[in-house]
Amino acid sequence: MKTLVWVEHDNHSVKDATLSTVTAAAKLGDVHLLVAGKGVSAVAEAAAQIAGVGKVHVADDAAYEHFLAENVAPLVVQLMDNHDAVLFPATTTGKNVAPRVAAALDVMQLSDILSVEGPDTFTRPIYAGNAIATVQTSDKKLVITVRGTAFDKAAATGGSGAVEAVAAAGDKGLSTFAGSEIATSERPELTSAKIIVSGGRALGSQEQFHALIDPLADKLGAAVGASRAAVDAGYAPNDYQVGQTGKIVAPMVYVAVGISGAIQHLAGMKDSKTIVAINKDEDAPIFQVADIGLVGDLFTLVPELTEKL
Amino acid sequence: MKVLVPVKRVLDYNVKPRVKADGTGVDLANVKMSMNPFDEIAIEEAVRLKEKGAATEIVVVTIGVAKAEADVLLTARAMGADRGILIQTDDEVEPLAVAKLLAKVAEEEQPGLIILGKQAIDDDSNQTGQMLAALLGWAQGTFASKVEIAGDRVHVTREIDGGLETVDLKLPAIVTTDLRLNEPRYATLPNIMKAKTKPVAKKTVADYGVDVTPRLKTLKVVEPAKRQAGIKVGSVDELVEKLKGMGVA
Repeated sequence: MKTLVWVEHDNHSVKDATLSTVTAAAKLGDVHLLVAGKGVSAVAEAAAQIAGVGKVHVADDAAYEHFLAENVAPLVVQLMDNHDAVLFPATTTGKNVAPRVAAALDVMQLSDILSVEGPDTFTRPIYAGNAIATVQTSDKKLVITVRGTAFDKAAATGGSGAVEAVAAAGDKGLSTFAGSEIATSERPELTSAKIIVSGGRALGSQEQFHALIDPLADKLGAAVGASRAAVDAGYAPNDYQVGQTGKIVAPMVYVAVGISGAIQHLAGMKDSKTIVAINKDEDAPIFQVADIGLVGDLFTLVPELTEKL
Repeated sequence: MKVLVPVKRVLDYNVKPRVKADGTGVDLANVKMSMNPFDEIAIEEAVRLKEKGAATEIVVVTIGVAKAEADVLLTARAMGADRGILIQTDDEVEPLAVAKLLAKVAEEEQPGLIILGKQAIDDDSNQTGQMLAALLGWAQGTFASKVEIAGDRVHVTREIDGGLETVDLKLPAIVTTDLRLNEPRYATLPNIMKAKTKPVAKKTVADYGVDVTPRLKTLKVVEPAKRQAGIKVGSVDELVEKLKGMGVA
């Protein structure tokens, strides 16, 4: 099977989510990559070095700079003449583009796969991760999004893919990019962090969130996450949200501070290797999944923990 | 401008799903069903557009069992939708087939905007809106946290991985809602009573001539692996020791 992997990047560097997707694609067959964007020669070079990669298709055009689905989906569809499967990381970009590709090819998409069981059989989570479905497709072409935390990352170096330019399909004129507000952070990225410190509603305010969670995260070299309650209350920005509707993470250690553990939150973090919970309510559902629990007032425990680390 | 809002009847988000012992699916017998939370946000947004004068009529459509009329179409009309369409079927319809049915409805209704939820909380697919946009050849503004109609364009602020992004789309267009787009209103009792007088067109899948044969076959559904029971530590010192033992501190 010839597979095509969408390379997730920011026009400068390859994002880690790509590497897990390559691992999933390699289970299906030969791995080709697609780098679509503007001024992406450095991305293409880096992509070609990913271990196990064959050809790297590069579409360098202003129409692809912001990965607008209306413009990039036709490009992917065109490349599917010569590929049997296309895999996207289940990032916001992948989720935005992949179904548009699937419908254009008249195939059902497999969303957020957790494993490859066979050339047409995959597992995927349903009901906020409360059930795992094994599904078999009868479609001739496969369109798949891959849950990054479910696959090991392919080595970023050691490969020698051949870079080949693809003619751009042009701007479809349906949509234009008008601007973005990207949160800047010097901490590790949430979805690829080894350690995450996450805060919930119990923090009480934005000031306390930053005063308690940030120093602990910095001490551990961790990324900062939040529950939906904390995000809705304005304690933390939206893109910190971990859960069914936010980011799915599986770090080595997940420290949940003042998070009760609603099923929608657990959906985003219960595959973490070790879960540490600090909560004053010893009956909170978070303790049912926590490996290490500490019951008590987070306003005294968290500063003490930060101090002693 | 007419706004079309597709909604789905799903297991209520507060109910913990139970996997059937025979591994064929999740047990939906005698459990509370309600409107998918993202679809409530879609209805709310349509109603707000109407209140601002940007929308003239709101048509709500659902595909599913007969009960969907009472469970979701009534709620949608009570929230402010003007009329409903029930496309009745007892079979599970996949996102691709739903998108094809909705494309037919869109051809009939000629809406200027279609607002869907970003994903249904049962199959967690996050596909239908994008597929519908592809089938209609329209622009898509997915994961929207802000929607502004400006003449023949719609500005959509989208929640993306690193933050927010704004796109400017040509109408007609597709918008899918994220959680932070709005806070849906409650359907009040008088409005529920009034909603019963608003019309619902009853259709079947066959009326649209769409092949809804599933492409995916569910071989089995299992519970996720259970986590090993954890321990509780009595002090911060013990926690620090554990963390150090794992090599993270």
